[in-house]
Amino acid sequence: MAKKILSVDDSASVRQMVTFALETAGYETVQAEDGREALALLKTTTVDMIVTDLNMPNLNGIDLIKQVRALPNFKFVPIVLLTTESEDSKKAEGKAAGATGWIVKPFKQDQLLAVVKKLLG
Amino acid sequence: MAAAVNPADVFRQEAAELLATLETTLLDLEAAPNDKDLVDQAFRSLHTLKGSGAMFGWEALADFTHHVESAFQKVRDGVLTASHDLISLTLASLDHIRVLLERPEQADRVRGDALLAAFADLAGTHAPGVKAAAHARPVAAACQTKVFRIRWRPARDMMAFGGNPLLLLNELRELGPCTVTPIVDRVPPLAEIDPAGCYLGWDVMVTTDKPRSAIDDVFIFVASDSELTIDELAVEDDAGAAPRLGEILVKRGDVAARDIEEELGHQPRLGAMLVQAGKVSGDRVASALGEQKHLREAAKVRETSTAGNTIRVPAERLDNLMDQVGELVIAQARLMQIAGGGSPLLKSIAEDIERLAGELRDTTMSVRMLPIGTLFSRFRRVVHDLSRELGKSVELTMAGEETELDKTVIESLNDPMVHLIRNAMDHGLGTSEQRRGQGKPETGRLHLSAVHSGASVLITISDDGKGLDRVAIRAKAEERGMLQPGQEITDAELFGCIFLPGFSTAATVTSISGRGVGMDVVKRAIDGLRGTIEVSSEPGKGTAITLKLPLTLAIIDGLLVKMADERYIVPLSAVEECVELTSKEDHRSDGRSFLNIRGEIVAFVRLRHLFEVAGAAPKIQKVVIVGIGQSRIGLVVDQVLGQHQTVIKSLSRLHDDQEGFSGATILGDGSVALILDVPHLVKFARERETATRAA
Repeated sequence: MAKKILSVDDSASVRQMVTFALETAGYETVQAEDGREALALLKTTTVDMIVTDLNMPNLNGIDLIKQVRALPNFKFVPIVLLTTESEDSKKAEGKAAGATGWIVKPFKQDQLLAVVKKLLG
Repeated sequence: MAAAVNPADVFRQEAAELLATLETTLLDLEAAPNDKDLVDQAFRSLHTLKGSGAMFGWEALADFTHHVESAFQKVRDGVLTASHDLISLTLASLDHIRVLLERPEQADRVRGDALLAAFADLAGTHAPGVKAAAHARPVAAACQTKVFRIRWRPARDMMAFGGNPLLLLNELRELGPCTVTPIVDRVPPLAEIDPAGCYLGWDVMVTTDKPRSAIDDVFIFVASDSELTIDELAVEDDAGAAPRLGEILVKRGDVAARDIEEELGHQPRLGAMLVQAGKVSGDRVASALGEQKHLREAAKVRETSTAGNTIRVPAERLDNLMDQVGELVIAQARLMQIAGGGSPLLKSIAEDIERLAGELRDTTMSVRMLPIGTLFSRFRRVVHDLSRELGKSVELTMAGEETELDKTVIESLNDPMVHLIRNAMDHGLGTSEQRRGQGKPETGRLHLSAVHSGASVLITISDDGKGLDRVAIRAKAEERGMLQPGQEITDAELFGCIFLPGFSTAATVTSISGRGVGMDVVKRAIDGLRGTIEVSSEPGKGTAITLKLPLTLAIIDGLLVKMADERYIVPLSAVEECVELTSKEDHRSDGRSFLNIRGEIVAFVRLRHLFEVAGAAPKIQKVVIVGIGQSRIGLVVDQVLGQHQTVIKSLSRLHDDQEGFSGATILGDGSVALILDVPHLVKFARERETATRAA
């Protein structure tokens, strides 16, 4: 069965690029516009991986990661943080919150797929 | 999901494409030096090349390209113009970049530095440290395989952060052959184990042709929390570099191999002794033994592998394969015919075999076929360099680049075509002044074209130069005693003389041609391909040299048609449609031989008449409309039987000059069907049409 990946981003174009790349590679995708919507979605559906933006309204990426890690069902789910800042501070912050990996924007589809493959197999 | 591809391979491919595009852009830019878009395009190509080069480990390439890019930055800024010198220099640099890309270990640094120095001269700046930069990094360790030892102990909470160590180990396996030894010494007693914790460590030996950065990438997300050391190990070039004492003794015949084993069996191994003494844990020894074995294997692989995923096969074997596939296709057609009326089981097997034979045919063909454009595009460069050398302005145009031709034929065409192009440019095309004097455009035209014609491919090299000098050729032929003065001779025969050894009418010998060596070589090469050369020339208008190359064995899709009891094949690629010719229309059109197809007048040929088939035609005949280029004609036949996979066999030498047929094939029932030569029939119909109109 195809693995399901959640794309969380307030930018529709980024969500589109992410889902397009993933679906082309044979993954199933679901989308959420921000952290709050993502959390609501995770109550009813289960996913194999989460790709989330950092800066979002309502609930940002770091806080989303913290809350997702607290959910028993999602303790081991890989979470990738998309950041525009390449500074280590954000990476470290994301990591401390429980992110599995990160991708610096702008990125190419191949890079995204490489990371997904690395974390999801 | 797409198969995992090696990013280095992707880069190599991408870079090759970039270089090809860049070459085209530069040649275009030479024609229009002020075109800003072209400059930008060239700059972008260089920029991408540099950027991805650095990303994928081609540092020398990136360094070198950087300086070329800088020159183009200056062109963009308007500081420098895209002069002929700059373009030529850049083209020369592309060749160097190609070497850096494909065989970095063979790159000639001196040449690279000379090129960069020339750039600096042009740009009026001397880039400091150019040499240092070019020399600083060892060129390209990317190709040689290396062995890395990785000792990795992930953070205890790795899995709680969504990580999975097994995936990373798998990723390492993708880099090359791995020996993985788990280290279990930190696993606590069962009662103390946190099921979500990761207590294991791994020692991994990996043999890979990737740079060290590829390994760093595997651990990119976990490196900061893990205990991780990555070391490159030395591999002996020779697997058996140091034979051990036992081996030597056995080789000399002093001791039997069995005795050595027996003795070694008694003696406790070093590892076992160390473990017993409590100096080292068992899995550390296992890991070290793994390393020993891995290094030995890596050395063995290095010995045997001559790198590369392609194999060279003698052309002869491919010929045999092709012949056998041809026979198979014929046998399969017979099977289909028999199975058609047989049991469903037989039919389904026959269909399977039909599919397999079809695929096998396509694969075998595709192994051998290449578009001739791959050859033509090489000549752009030849023409560019020559036109500079000769000081003549020449424009090269091409048509039919997609025409596919056997790979070996294409390869053997390179030299003869270079000769012909050189000849056309040196003798045929004049200088700008000469051309202006003759009222021609200053830029000479050279045209390469390729087209399929029945079982042949016609390749034409034409120029709009001064044409062959009949008088001079005649005089030379008479001087050499090949012709009697006053002897009648056709143009074709006369022009044939230029292919004789040592025949040159050139007044001066240039470095390019005129020594009388070349045209006879061309002739011999084309003869070797069982091809023919035709020369046509008009004084003052130009020369066209046509190489007719047979496809000795090719398989085409054909349309099987019937007249009386004979069957014929029309190449399907030429067929446009089939219509009926009712007896009413037949009578009406009698004597006119034209058919109205949706308002268009199409001439038709009654094959019954042409081939003098006895007997009356059936009431309703069929017209197969065929087209070659712009011309369409109808071929009237008794019956259209359907599509047929046709193995082209050339006609015997006795029937070779038979017009109207390009070959023959063997049908499923073993009988022979002739293949119609559509271009010839079209020509015939058009000539008759003209004659009828004139009458």
